[in-house]
Amino acid sequence: MNQLQTLVKIIPQLLSDGLTLGFVYAIVAIGYTMVYGILEFINFAHSELFMFGAFVGTEVLLLLKSMGILANMSPTLALIISLLVAMVMSGGLGVAVDRIAYKPVRSAPKLVPFISAIGVSFVLQDVVRMVEEAKNGNYYLYAPTLFTRRIQVAANMVIPEKTLYIVGLCLVMMAALTLFVNKNKWGKAMRAVAQDRDTARLMGINVDLVISMTFLIGAGMGGAAGTLFSVQYGSISPYSGFIIGMKAFTAAVFGGIGKIPGAMLGGILLGLIEVFGASFLGALTGGVFGSEYKDVLAFTILILILIFKPSGLLGKPQGEKV
Amino acid sequence: MKRVFSFLLAVSLMLTLTTFFVSASADSLPVIKIASVTPLSGSQAAMGEVIKNGIELAYKERIEEFAALGFDLQFAPQDDQADPKVGVSIAQRLIEDDEFLAVVGHWNSGVAIASSEVYNQGNLAMISPANTATEVTDRALPIVNRICARDDAQGPAGADFLYSLGLTTVFIIQDKTTYGQGVADEFKKRFEAIGGTVLGYEGITAGEADYSAVEEMIRATGAEAVYFGGIYPEGGLLIKQLAEKGIDVTFLGPDGLDSEELVNIAGDAVIGTYYTSTAAGVANTEKGAAFSAAYLEMFGNEPVGYAAYGYDAMSVTLNAIEAAIASNGGALPTREQVVEAARATSGYEGVATNITFNAIGDNIEAKVYILGFSEATYPAEVIKSIAVTEFLKD
Repeated sequence: MNQLQTLVKIIPQLLSDGLTLGFVYAIVAIGYTMVYGILEFINFAHSELFMFGAFVGTEVLLLLKSMGILANMSPTLALIISLLVAMVMSGGLGVAVDRIAYKPVRSAPKLVPFISAIGVSFVLQDVVRMVEEAKNGNYYLYAPTLFTRRIQVAANMVIPEKTLYIVGLCLVMMAALTLFVNKNKWGKAMRAVAQDRDTARLMGINVDLVISMTFLIGAGMGGAAGTLFSVQYGSISPYSGFIIGMKAFTAAVFGGIGKIPGAMLGGILLGLIEVFGASFLGALTGGVFGSEYKDVLAFTILILILIFKPSGLLGKPQGEKV
Repeated sequence: MKRVFSFLLAVSLMLTLTTFFVSASADSLPVIKIASVTPLSGSQAAMGEVIKNGIELAYKERIEEFAALGFDLQFAPQDDQADPKVGVSIAQRLIEDDEFLAVVGHWNSGVAIASSEVYNQGNLAMISPANTATEVTDRALPIVNRICARDDAQGPAGADFLYSLGLTTVFIIQDKTTYGQGVADEFKKRFEAIGGTVLGYEGITAGEADYSAVEEMIRATGAEAVYFGGIYPEGGLLIKQLAEKGIDVTFLGPDGLDSEELVNIAGDAVIGTYYTSTAAGVANTEKGAAFSAAYLEMFGNEPVGYAAYGYDAMSVTLNAIEAAIASNGGALPTREQVVEAARATSGYEGVATNITFNAIGDNIEAKVYILGFSEATYPAEVIKSIAVTEFLKD
């Protein structure tokens, strides 16, 4: 079938698209996995922290644009400024959400903080919608174009410049986080709390502070991912977080929830499976299943893997977390 | 206390009824009432208001004519709030009042479909200026007529247009909704029937942001054009991402793309893309200019959107009533006679469109318009109009 042959030609291009999507999933998945590692609780409001970060980052870019600075400054600098602001704001909001909505119910049965998280999720969506509607008259927001160049890597492969920045920044963030968790004193404290909260407390670790730190970092990464997402795909709405959040959470489970490298691996694999699945399903099944079945394919693969490795790709049953 | 209250209530009720009867009997001419039903409050009020204005203009121009025939023509604008529940309750009220002989409305297809079931029970004719959903007329209710084109004419019209540009290969994307898949399927049928080649047909999930896989498939197949069955958020992203990837295709979609947001999302990439629509501004005709001038004088602003369709719908409604009066020997016609006369409308030349109804009340002279962006500003300009006659199923 020559349809397959034409598709083979675009494999390098699909690889780059799949990796870009995968890195965004991975960065968001880290937020889910870190909180789970420490508290054994899925922070369902994390997708809204991602969305909040996307709005903050985009608003910063729009502010720079309206002040007339954006046109004259290096786009890389503009991106980094907006990323930092988004990280700080999202991180701060993450800590606040924990203090207000989760901490008071921390000793309650596990389902209670769960419900609390769903509530926070709704509140954040509608608050952002309300603010944006009051400010702009509608709640969609469009990121200004930062990078316009395209780089011809090979005959069949054109990579937009911004994709390189996004993948590069994701790699930097992942490396920084890995170093922090493994080499830094706070990272060590985090791992200790994840292993055994009570014992860690007995050893003199300020557990509450470590939990706040976890939310700060996890939500901050989520916010940064939001900004990158907005720059990559151009438009965001208060409800943008939902689908990404679902996928990222899946990626976290796929890689082994509670494991940071697992979230990274899970995210990247999920992105690749999705993009390749969407392109090849039609040709491989003779047109019976088109690209609209990509999520079905992705989840079928995930379930098959989870049947044989129930704790995820990198998860060890009963092993240490984080 | 309670007794005093109910007494007062009864007295006021009596008074209202008396005044009602007195005022009704005071008028010597028999009354013909026409209702317009459009959203006049809420988020879609702007569109409902201009349609109502168009209807009102046609009404004011014909009061004298009806007085000469011996009737007191009255106009009763109603507000359906773009809500089917409100529409139905208004419909119930209208069919109870014998003086109403016809309804011109609605704006939302969902409201029109629900309300027309009630009109049908009361044999009250409905002439719709703006409802494009296929189900409005597909139920074949004798009372329902519409002067605008049907949704399912857009796909075939788009196919004819692309082919006329000399583009023979297309890649179809749809958003898996009833609307998006519906127009995409109609487009595909027509494009293949007139000799084009469909190189791919894929679905995407609305609400996602990464459509790179489908875009790469377009690159791989080398299609000259892309037809997208869906709405502007995804349409805008596709246009933008295709341009960023340097995939050079002609992009066309249905009126789901007809929004300022499309330009906001896609930015400069929107230049050179097309969409089909079932309505266009009043063409630069003599009639159109006269209508615009009269509208401007009465309401203080230029007619926009479906205003001219409101005007035309009211005009054919009044024509139908006149025809019913004539066939009834000059006496007040029954609702059944008006329903029959409305459906018999043929060869009417209006401001926005010519009107001839077929057996289920679709206008066989309706047109689908092709609009294109030559710059990144909304709205796009009308490039050509395509008659729907050929695409109607009857």
